[in-house]
Amino acid sequence: MIEAVMVMLGVGATCGAALSLASKIFYVYEDPRIAEVEGLLAGANCGGCGYPGCAGAAAAVVAGGAPPGVCVVADMETAVAVAGVMGIDPGTMEPFLSLNTCDGGNRAEDRFEYMGVNTCQALSALYGGKRECRVGCLGLGDCIRSCKFDAIHMGEDGYPVADETKCVGCGACEKACPKSILTVRTMSQRLLHFNQQDNALAPCQQTCPAEIDIPTYIDCIRRGDYEGAVDTIRERNPLLLTCGRVCPHPCEDYCRRGLAEEPVSINQLKRFVADYEMNSGSRLPIPCAPDTGKKIAVVGGGPAGLTCAYFLRRLGHGVTIFDMMPKLGGMVRYGIPEYRLPKKVLEWEIEGILDLGIDHRPNVKLGADFDIQSLKDEGFDAIFLGVGAWKDYSLRAEGEDLKGCFTGIDFLTRFAVDQQSAEPARDIPIGRKCIVIGGGNTAIDCVRTLVRLGAEEVSIVYRRTRKEMPANEVEIVAAEHEGVQFHFLAAPTRIIGDDQGQATHLEYQKMELGEPDASGRRRPVPIEGSETLMETDMVITAIGQGPDVSFISENSDISSLGVTRWNTIDGDPETLQSNIPYIFAAGDAYTGASLVVEAIGGGRRAARAIHLYLAEEDVVPVPKSLRKKHIPESLFERVEGLRPSKRAVMPELPVKERIQGFEEADLVLAEKDALAEASRCLNCCRLCYNPDLQISSEQPAEESA
Amino acid sequence: MGDYLVLAFSCVLINNILLAQYLGNCPFLGTSKKMETAVGMAFAVVFVLVMAGLITWVINTLVLVKFNLAYLRTIAFILVIASLVQFVEMFLKKSIPALYAGLGIFLPLITTNCAVMGVCLINVNEEYTFLQALVSSFAYAVGFGLALILFAGVRERILLARVPRPLQDTSIALVTAGILSLTFFAFRGWV
Ligand SMILES: Cc1cc2nc3c(=O)[nH]c(=O)nc-3n(C[C@H](O)[C@H](O)[C@H](O)COP(=O)(O)OP(=O)(O)OC[C@H]3O[C@@H](n4cnc5c(N)ncnc54)[C@H](O)[C@@H]3O)c2cc1C
Ligand code: SF4
Repeated sequence: MIEAVMVMLGVGATCGAALSLASKIFYVYEDPRIAEVEGLLAGANCGGCGYPGCAGAAAAVVAGGAPPGVCVVADMETAVAVAGVMGIDPGTMEPFLSLNTCDGGNRAEDRFEYMGVNTCQALSALYGGKRECRVGCLGLGDCIRSCKFDAIHMGEDGYPVADETKCVGCGACEKACPKSILTVRTMSQRLLHFNQQDNALAPCQQTCPAEIDIPTYIDCIRRGDYEGAVDTIRERNPLLLTCGRVCPHPCEDYCRRGLAEEPVSINQLKRFVADYEMNSGSRLPIPCAPDTGKKIAVVGGGPAGLTCAYFLRRLGHGVTIFDMMPKLGGMVRYGIPEYRLPKKVLEWEIEGILDLGIDHRPNVKLGADFDIQSLKDEGFDAIFLGVGAWKDYSLRAEGEDLKGCFTGIDFLTRFAVDQQSAEPARDIPIGRKCIVIGGGNTAIDCVRTLVRLGAEEVSIVYRRTRKEMPANEVEIVAAEHEGVQFHFLAAPTRIIGDDQGQATHLEYQKMELGEPDASGRRRPVPIEGSETLMETDMVITAIGQGPDVSFISENSDISSLGVTRWNTIDGDPETLQSNIPYIFAAGDAYTGASLVVEAIGGGRRAARAIHLYLAEEDVVPVPKSLRKKHIPESLFERVEGLRPSKRAVMPELPVKERIQGFEEADLVLAEKDALAEASRCLNCCRLCYNPDLQISSEQPAEESA
Repeated sequence: MGDYLVLAFSCVLINNILLAQYLGNCPFLGTSKKMETAVGMAFAVVFVLVMAGLITWVINTLVLVKFNLAYLRTIAFILVIASLVQFVEMFLKKSIPALYAGLGIFLPLITTNCAVMGVCLINVNEEYTFLQALVSSFAYAVGFGLALILFAGVRERILLARVPRPLQDTSIALVTAGILSLTFFAFRGWV
């Protein structure tokens, strides 16, 4: 007996000694912080964070692979303590949340009986799926089983729904879902997502410069979820009331329904939900990430500046907008006239953005009242320039400074400022026979404004033909209805005045279309000796505008800021960062005179770059960026099996009534028309798979409508 | 030489530790859901089993048999194997970090693998020589890995099969294990 005890003790002691010796010999230096961090974590060893137990999570934190807030059980204090051990900024600690990003369309019937194990994994490996639904969800709930926190349940329509209050953002559902239906991202990550080459994107969404998820918001409308539609649009575009009214909707040109009949009226639907929110009397809440303590100066409060400020604020940064005008909105306020975008509407929209906690300093001009150095002295970490294009190009023709001659932007802003002042002075003399030179939006807005101001005869003189006019088509049509006369292929040569210096005639030369040039366009060429005189007492030249970059004067602190030969600010097209790393630019100041949506897309893109810059990360382009390109396969060319349906007609005020004043001319769709219009969307390119096609190719897939 | 081949053959196939001797069934069911984990476990077992087989053989011959204490085998082996796994873990972490990272979580799991204990006891009961013990430990471990990987492959396929509801998941796994075991019985009588 004693022997046995001795031997066991001996073996035990030897093992112990060998092990302790080994632990000395094979000692591997382990960061003492690992133990420290582990001590702080909840100690539940639940694996909810995705690491093998608390020790694994601690090691990952110390290795920099996991954020201080890795522990899904612990609270904010723990995260701060962990960040303390690591000597890092706890960051904004924005929570990761699971979201079903599929659009929840109609689920088609089951196509065959499946008897295997009821998991999505198996189904997807075998056939790609059982059902043919619009988004590819298999509906067997692997995500629900994978969630340790009981945060996902199957929604009424057979799609998983994540419960935000229970979700801890562990990412288990994302891993479990074989179809990438559920994604776990922070709000910031979602807001900063840009179209990528491998995303499932409808042609319209690929075309939209602001990259709005069009099929999703249309589907929300179809289901009567107007608030969901507003939220969907707001993830990409904070100016939905404005865009819903003035956007020339390039997306509709790419609408696949347009191949067979008329395209979906995407923009009227946007206006419908935007107006719905405004008229509902309450604003939908807009969440913002926790404060980061960083400060950004946004110079210029037009669409680009407002969008950039809006996204930066939602990402948790502090934003101040500096603008030279008394009120925000830029060209949208001082260029686009009241009858197209009532100021009341714009006011409501901008108020919602400023309410997020954005400061506004009016009546200060960059280059005159403050400069870049003063912004840096005030402690701004980055600067966004969205100063727009406010300088009219001049005609370079004799007689331009005669009495009765104006330039487009100058005329419109002067008029708008006066109209919006408390006591309008109405001191701009309006002629009887007015001529506007140019073919863009500015020219059309000038003529339609003149019509409303009581001018007897209003004409447009344009160098090319109607087809080449860059103005929005609906605007041109409206101007025609309102009695504006169009003179095409007419190039003004000089303005003739009387002895009092008052303009009396416009001389123009007739043009004809010449041989097609390299771009295939037929350039207008003057016809010798065809000079003609037109009687007039007011001439407005609206032949285009460019940015006013005079603030980059020689001796200023940013004299090295790169400027292109069109006077626009130079910068990387993907990040919109200028050659001075803390300065970013977008909107008309970057692109030259363009569109509101373009400025909005640019503003968000710049917000992404600024966010990266402030986090001291590399300001890199969006990976696999699809900016301004299309996925070739997604532009399918035949649409079959459509039940014909008419595009909703935009309600308008009758011409007689609308030219009497500045009442809004275009009206909003009625609810029943909006619902009918929403059901016309084909939800293109969202069909992930078609089991019939994969299993047997006998039966061709029909376009799901 | 021939003897060793025969020994190896019988350890891998005829007396397969999992399917003929029914040892080590918890990792057999537990780590066979995915091919990846099955392969990891298989390699970890090969590694530890060879080490454990040899050391326990040495302890048995030099200590237990000498002092006539064969009845202490089980408890002594438990102690030795547990320490060995710990030791191996430390050693690998220091010297071959890549292998350590590869085997990962499977290494500590082996402490509780009865296949390891079983093989050590078999080696001693059969009164193998040192070399025979080496071959048998290695061959049993390979047999373990073979069965585990085969089983994992089958289970991955089963996911895709039409399995009646009452038989789904673990029950079909057990049925499959039984059939797999039957096929291994076909090797009976070869040697
Ligand atoms: C008459 C007219 C009609 C248009 N119609 C349409 C339309 O129907 N649809 C459409 O999509 N687009 C239309 N556009 C184009 C659209 O308005 C612009 O593309 C868009 O407003 C550009 O936005 P932005 O933020 O880049 O610049 P802006 O809107 O021009 O804003 C620039 C802002 O910067 C401020 N600013 C400028 N310089 C300084 C400085 N030095 N210091 C401080 N602040 C400064 C200005 O006060 C202004 O608030 C129209 C443009 C005009 C002129
Ligand atoms: S049918 Fe719908 S999804 Fe397809 S391009 Fe038109 S609006 Fe976009």
